[in-house]
Amino acid sequence: MEQKQEKNQRIAYGRALLELARSNKNVVALDADLCGSTQSVQVENNLPAQYFEMGIGEANMVSAAAGLALCGKIPFVHSFAVFVAGRPFDQIRQGVCLPNLNVKIVGSSVGLSDFGDGATHQSFEDMALMSVLPNMTVLAPVDAVEVPKAVKAAALINGPVYIRLNRNDLLIVTEESTPFEVGKPLVLAEGGDISICVNGVGAELGLKTRENLAKSGISARVVNFSTVKPLDEASVRKAVEGTKGIVTVEEHSVIGGLGATLSACIARRPLPSVRVGIQDCYGQSAHEYEELLEHYGLTAEAVEKAAKELLS
Amino acid sequence: MSAAEKENEKLLDLLKEKARQVRLGIIDALGVGHRGHLGGSMSCADIVTALYFHKMRCSPDKRQDPDRDRFIMSKGHSVLAQYAALTLSGYFDRSVLATTKSLGSLLQGHPERTTPGIEANTGSLGQGLSTGVGMALAGKADNRDYRVYVILGDGELAEGQVWEAVMAANNYALDNLTAIVDLNGIQAVGKTRDRYRIDNVPGRFAAFGWKTFEIDGHNMAEIVETLDAAASVRGCPSAIVARTVKGKGVSFAENTSAYHNNLLTAEEREKAIASVMAM
Repeated sequence: MEQKQEKNQRIAYGRALLELARSNKNVVALDADLCGSTQSVQVENNLPAQYFEMGIGEANMVSAAAGLALCGKIPFVHSFAVFVAGRPFDQIRQGVCLPNLNVKIVGSSVGLSDFGDGATHQSFEDMALMSVLPNMTVLAPVDAVEVPKAVKAAALINGPVYIRLNRNDLLIVTEESTPFEVGKPLVLAEGGDISICVNGVGAELGLKTRENLAKSGISARVVNFSTVKPLDEASVRKAVEGTKGIVTVEEHSVIGGLGATLSACIARRPLPSVRVGIQDCYGQSAHEYEELLEHYGLTAEAVEKAAKELLS
Repeated sequence: MSAAEKENEKLLDLLKEKARQVRLGIIDALGVGHRGHLGGSMSCADIVTALYFHKMRCSPDKRQDPDRDRFIMSKGHSVLAQYAALTLSGYFDRSVLATTKSLGSLLQGHPERTTPGIEANTGSLGQGLSTGVGMALAGKADNRDYRVYVILGDGELAEGQVWEAVMAANNYALDNLTAIVDLNGIQAVGKTRDRYRIDNVPGRFAAFGWKTFEIDGHNMAEIVETLDAAASVRGCPSAIVARTVKGKGVSFAENTSAYHNNLLTAEEREKAIASVMAM
């Protein structure tokens, strides 16, 4: 019987991490009492010698990971994105990125995806915080299929990597055979009038918008940016080449995220652009993920409106 | 006097002379007219000396040896003492000391791994013990018998992360980890007890399940004896609370926050050297 394709990034992550840890005994997982949510529990259950429960103390966890890396381990550090990228920012800056250590920071439940827990648990700042650090690579896989590729890519980088993962099921937009190259955008669907640049949950909205725009005779290209850092001008320019403008869609603040990064990359010869994302505010609780996406303007309708305004 | 006692006396004499050399190295690293952390470097100089020239299994030719002992200066501003010990151990040329904190120097204001012999970056206080926990965990995981030593300041103990690390070390029974508190009683802007009370330091560590020792941090015999005792502790981490004098050895800089981070004039430098020579 054919196995149902996994749509959940967390589940895909737990499997990928376990596989990596099985193949390399120096890979270790650390968590701060959220191993069930982040799925680092896969390592705890199957390879307990390669798992360290660090208690509810993220600062110590990150600095301890630095110590492990200094002794040849490849630590993967886990918590919700808001706790693992925000709370120990100084520890990541001073102890991991400055000495360029081989520590992987994995932020789970990004954006609004921890819908029930509210503003304290929702992370719209993690890409900005991690991107500003020299030596850091920032990955935001677009779907569950990309997650194991991102994990493998992170393991191949001898330095700090941040991976941001959604809590919920995401539309699958790539295939097993789709290449995953750090720093290289990937065209998900061709189009010539406008570029819709996405990662994570933005992909579904981008592809839906593309269909809707086609009804108005507008041809939209959808480009996946699983890498937010490093991105260079040439790669970004090539990805949006020939189109008249850019709409970015991200489950993150419009300050310091994908939209801001792309604008900065092509600032020498800019294209008109609009950022669909969290507009400099905090989140809140809701019973359904979709309610929050709609409330904060992360809908295909909003993306379509932004695209049409940009072209008018 | 027995042969063993004679041997010990010889060791102590050697270490005391090394400590003097470390103090002179601190003065050289500080130079003339540039601010630097004299006070805290001098207060831990005897402990750093005992670690590098007696206790720790490490040397410049074994920088990559996975079994080497590790040292972390968590109170990173006191790195001048470590620079002095490293150059005396042959990690880099003595002439490099004078370049400390100058543009492009191998020797930064706070420890960085780009300096030969520096095991971990520190400088943002409160993080070094956690890094030591990670190193000790790796040692246990790989069945290596190296030890990890971390020097903290007493003012630094106000950082909450220190106590996260203290709990983690207890949780994992890291008997390969020794924390040494350089309790000089003075932080940047005054006496620790006047600025922010951190009473009963040994009791605090003990309450978290650590084996604790209290010593005079300038008594070489006590330092050596206690480092040996800490290394033989099994089943829990060990903490050595060393009562020290800020600026120890430089008479006009002793017991004051004025030389926590200050410069020496040419005249003061001469006075400082004479003071260390007279110790």
